[in-house]
Amino acid sequence: MSTPAPGLTGDPQDTIRDVSSTRLSPRRPSELFGFMVVVPPLATFIGFLATWMFLTYVILEPDRRFLLPPPQDVVRVGFLNSAHLTEILRALASTTGVALMGLALAAVTGLTLAVGMSQAQWIERSLYPYAVALQTIPILALVPLIGFWFGFDIRSRVLVCVLIAVFPIVTNTLFGIQSVDRGLHDLFTLHGAGRFTRLCRLELPAALPAIIAGFRISAGLSVVGAIVGDFFFRQGEPGIGRLIDVYQARLQSEQLLAAIFFSSLLGLVVFWAFGMVAQLTVGRWHETRSDTTIRGWRAKSGRALGT
Amino acid sequence: MVDQGVGWRGDLRDSVPAIRFQSVGKTFPDGTVALHDISLCVQAREFVSIVGPSGCGKSTLLRIASNLTPATTGDVVCAVPQDVGYVFQDPTLLPWRTVEGNVKLACQLTGIPEAETARLVREAIELVGLRGFEKHRPWALSGGMRMRVSLARSLTMSPRLFLFDEPFGALDEITRQRLNEELLRLFVYKQFAAIFVTHSVSEAVYLSNRVLVMSPRPGRILTEFCVPFAFPRPRAQRFEAQHAALVSAVAQELMVGSE
Repeated sequence: MSTPAPGLTGDPQDTIRDVSSTRLSPRRPSELFGFMVVVPPLATFIGFLATWMFLTYVILEPDRRFLLPPPQDVVRVGFLNSAHLTEILRALASTTGVALMGLALAAVTGLTLAVGMSQAQWIERSLYPYAVALQTIPILALVPLIGFWFGFDIRSRVLVCVLIAVFPIVTNTLFGIQSVDRGLHDLFTLHGAGRFTRLCRLELPAALPAIIAGFRISAGLSVVGAIVGDFFFRQGEPGIGRLIDVYQARLQSEQLLAAIFFSSLLGLVVFWAFGMVAQLTVGRWHETRSDTTIRGWRAKSGRALGT
Repeated sequence: MVDQGVGWRGDLRDSVPAIRFQSVGKTFPDGTVALHDISLCVQAREFVSIVGPSGCGKSTLLRIASNLTPATTGDVVCAVPQDVGYVFQDPTLLPWRTVEGNVKLACQLTGIPEAETARLVREAIELVGLRGFEKHRPWALSGGMRMRVSLARSLTMSPRLFLFDEPFGALDEITRQRLNEELLRLFVYKQFAAIFVTHSVSEAVYLSNRVLVMSPRPGRILTEFCVPFAFPRPRAQRFEAQHAALVSAVAQELMVGSE
């Protein structure tokens, strides 16, 4: 029987999708697209400022104007006064630290629980209902008890974060692990993969997009938890929540609004940061929408630079 | 297994069939009878295709052959059970791994040493014509190329018996024909035994020594056709009268059997 040499195939070049062309093809539509992306939110923002000014100067009488000071006063007192700004930023750093610590603990606990549940059905059966129940308990109702048991300092603040943030990590990780393609499981079975190999080489990597989505939700919740904790547990370094409470009590509206702005910014940055994490880790796997958007964006900036 | 990277050498095990089914039946826990009294013997270096209507238990047959699912009744005797390659209907690639990483997977799971793995992977990628695409990720490949990756992953283990579960079913006609030709060349070169499940009668005839026609559920083997053409088979084989006559005979049997 004749034996042809290896390297048997024709040129498969024609069967590959041309990746480079998708990167640059939408020229004119993308410029129009950029315009459409910038203009509507800008219009909304201008409308927002206009409504704010209207409320301050037209609706409120001068002696009640402290309820909603005009935007320029907020900027001057809250952002440009360095003493005030330092005070707010220091509190924000403290709250951020608490939120990150809470998130880290929630991540470790949540991943451990989810992996345990995915590997043994009896663990899932005995724990999952309580994980759901934990989510339905209003954590605010537990807060006084937490203070009662664990004291009114940073430990309790972190604990509130963990309690609020752990659930999305558990459910998302479990969902991710349980949605692994059955064909891939068959493949691992065929090659005699053990449980640990299966977990490390298949289940956890396949669940990574879901895990990161869970982290993203939990990170936002953790910021909420840290601010709630600030209100109740006042020992130790004050967080932004405590500061907000103080400003409100002293009718310092400009600083109050600035502090609220920075709290929102913290939530936004955390959400954005996890979006970047997702892009860097999972983005390379497949052509998700965000992936193509970023690619289009890169192509655009590349053209702007004359490349 | 590890030492036979290039080509294939004679072995005493060639005298025994690659796999033998004896009155195999499969009833699922919900009472569905998927297979009934299947007896089938595939010799070493024999290419057997199975055609049959949807849901007749063709895939179940392969799952039993590879020991992914146990049979309810009967016996399955496989010459070298750990030496079975399985190419699924879907390419079943890990999206986070590159072409190279995916091809490497079978070796890694089996515990083949690093250096040996690298050599086998290079060779398999070469064999399926994916050289130059080692660093691509699955999403950047076409359906046909993904299937090649899947094929390469099985080839790294140089299995004695290959099970194909409609591997080219989702591909367009041209790609399918091209992959059929390449598969035959691999078959002649590597000399494995194969069970190939397909919906396409002409594909079955072009590839095989024997074509089995199965009945609707519960699946039984209705008829067996021998394909008399010698290997290697030229591409033009498909357009010859003898080939066409055989295809229509099998197709007719399939149609009558499905009624």
